[in-house]
Amino acid sequence: MKKNIQVAEKSKIWFAISLILITISVGSLFINGLNFGIDFIGGTIVTIELNTPFETSDAKALIEEYDSSADVTYAGEAKTQVIISTKKDLSTEERQTLFSKFQEKYNLEDTDLLSIDTVSPSIGAEMANSAMIAAVVAVLLMLVYITFRFEFMFGLAAVIALVHDLIIVLGVYSIFQIQVNSPLIAAMLTILGYSINDTIVVFDRIRENRPKFGKYDYANLVDTSVTQTLRRSINTSFTTLLAIGALYAFGVPAVQDFALPLMVGIVSGTYSSIFIASALWSKIKEFQASKSAAVKS
Amino acid sequence: MSKQKTNSQAKSGMLLILIALFIGLVGYVLFNGVSVGVYDIGNVSQNINYGLDLTGGVNVVLEAQATDDEAVTAEKIESAMLTIRQRIDTLGVSEPTITKQGDNRIRVSIPSVSDQEEALDLIGKTAQLEFVGPDGTVILTGKDVVDSKGVMQTDSSGLEKAVVTLKFSEEGTKLFADATQKYIGQAIQIKLDDEIISSPTVNVAITNGEAVIEGIGDIEEAGNLASLIRGGALPVKLVPIEVRTVGPTLGQNSLDKSIYAGMIGIALVLVFMLIFYRGLGIIADLALIIFIIIFMIILTALNVTLTLPGIAGLILTIGMAVDANVIIFERIKEEARLGKSLLTAIDNGFSRAFSTILDSNVTTLIAGFVLFFLGSGSVQGFAVTLILGILVSMFTAVVITKQLVILLVKTELFKSNSFYGI
Repeated sequence: MKKNIQVAEKSKIWFAISLILITISVGSLFINGLNFGIDFIGGTIVTIELNTPFETSDAKALIEEYDSSADVTYAGEAKTQVIISTKKDLSTEERQTLFSKFQEKYNLEDTDLLSIDTVSPSIGAEMANSAMIAAVVAVLLMLVYITFRFEFMFGLAAVIALVHDLIIVLGVYSIFQIQVNSPLIAAMLTILGYSINDTIVVFDRIRENRPKFGKYDYANLVDTSVTQTLRRSINTSFTTLLAIGALYAFGVPAVQDFALPLMVGIVSGTYSSIFIASALWSKIKEFQASKSAAVKS
Repeated sequence: MSKQKTNSQAKSGMLLILIALFIGLVGYVLFNGVSVGVYDIGNVSQNINYGLDLTGGVNVVLEAQATDDEAVTAEKIESAMLTIRQRIDTLGVSEPTITKQGDNRIRVSIPSVSDQEEALDLIGKTAQLEFVGPDGTVILTGKDVVDSKGVMQTDSSGLEKAVVTLKFSEEGTKLFADATQKYIGQAIQIKLDDEIISSPTVNVAITNGEAVIEGIGDIEEAGNLASLIRGGALPVKLVPIEVRTVGPTLGQNSLDKSIYAGMIGIALVLVFMLIFYRGLGIIADLALIIFIIIFMIILTALNVTLTLPGIAGLILTIGMAVDANVIIFERIKEEARLGKSLLTAIDNGFSRAFSTILDSNVTTLIAGFVLFFLGSGSVQGFAVTLILGILVSMFTAVVITKQLVILLVKTELFKSNSFYGI
């Protein structure tokens, strides 16, 4: 018999690690906040192919009259593309004249205007709102399903593990000040679905093994079940990470925006479904058992 | 007896080879396309509907704004959508999509339009045309115009100039005749969205119901203005609150790079499964390829629009499709370790793993459906591929893999457990 991984036995260690990570994440969220992109705070991003290396100061001079605080950065493999981001949502006329200035100076075709993104500030709050609603609805539905197929306490433990993962993903965005745009919301909701998938596989095994263990032997039950599913948990996360990692390494920015939070979420989700979710469940069950014993005596 | 056995062995082996060949053939047709006589089956990548982020195009969300005396109603939004469609049609663009979002928003998507800013300009303009007399009374509006064209016309000094011609309705003709009679020697202002574009002086009463607007930049501008006037004014003021455009080169580049990145991801997964699960890995890889083929066929058949986030969703479900097989194979190994025969272990592995796969996938499906119904735009694109991927992967991982594994075992070509990674 293989030695069991001591998840419930040494739950203090695992809980402590998670608590530290969560404290750091929440702390950073309070101190640094999040670096919101135009999807949330509104603004304009224009990307233009200049076909030649350029000085950011030249580009800045052309934008001055619309927004003196505009950011100008390089992009593209040969750094011949300019990305202009302003916190103001420029009107169609403003963007047209802006581009025609670049067109004149750098002798550009119409197709050299690679992309425009303009978002009015009012949308951001709405989007954050609807994302919150989506997350709450999803979690509630999952709770219902898990209660129906398992029991309520499994659902509760799974949801706590989920919140753990989401806080850590947000924490990573806050600590490294990565720009937050709408793909993050979709990614967070996906992590919700993916991480719970991992947890359910472990819970499913606990459910199956339960009759083989003593009524109150929760720690052993959990450790055996986690050990039996450990290889699957790691292999699955690893293959998914391989696929998503390739997207991140070789993909374009729009896909990378999805891939990065997914990678963080998958790692955190694997950790929480191995070390946190079932240990939590066993603690809740032990607590319930001791309480009902205390009531009886 | 033994002859019979060899017979069924050979049969299983043949079947397995045939299946592999068939998958290869279908895969080849899907990704390369073939022409048989008059039938031309294009490759799947040509038949997929790509989103604007992959083909280039314009995506605008317009918000209707109520004024003090006019509320935004559902009818106004509907008629504004019609007007916008007419305007875009004048650009000669293929298949614009115009959809209502919420109560007061309209989302307009136009694929591959050459001059994106021009299109944006055309969509958002209210285009309220007014003829205003010197005393400030409105003589007639765009509603009284039945036809309008942008043409070159020689003016009195012999120069060719771009003008917009107007033809009034019967009522408009009368109104205009009366007004020009009344204001002889005075100037009439022609206003578009409260901006004076020309203010000609009336020399003589015009009774034929025709007029021209001068003072237009070039013929292109005249054409645009004419089509705006023909399409009529928007019944409500629309403000663009979200504008996203992607140039065609950027879109194509994104598509190529994403396909490349996706291929590498898939290749890595295939290799990993082969190394880790050996014989079973071959089956899992075959099943994964079948998964991708079925996924692509359904994607094309349902006419789902594939976007960049959608590609991310697809790659994620590839990870999850493999997951189902990992769960099954780990279960088979466990059963085999308990001393069960290979076939029994496989049978038990599949049946026991099924509830695990079902429960874990249903929870992910819940997230997918919530994303689909509560999300918008790019989030929905992601949700569609996620949902589709989970459903297809459950079928391929559970049904198809099982048949393939049983076939492989029945060939008895590989008897050692180590071949199966056990």
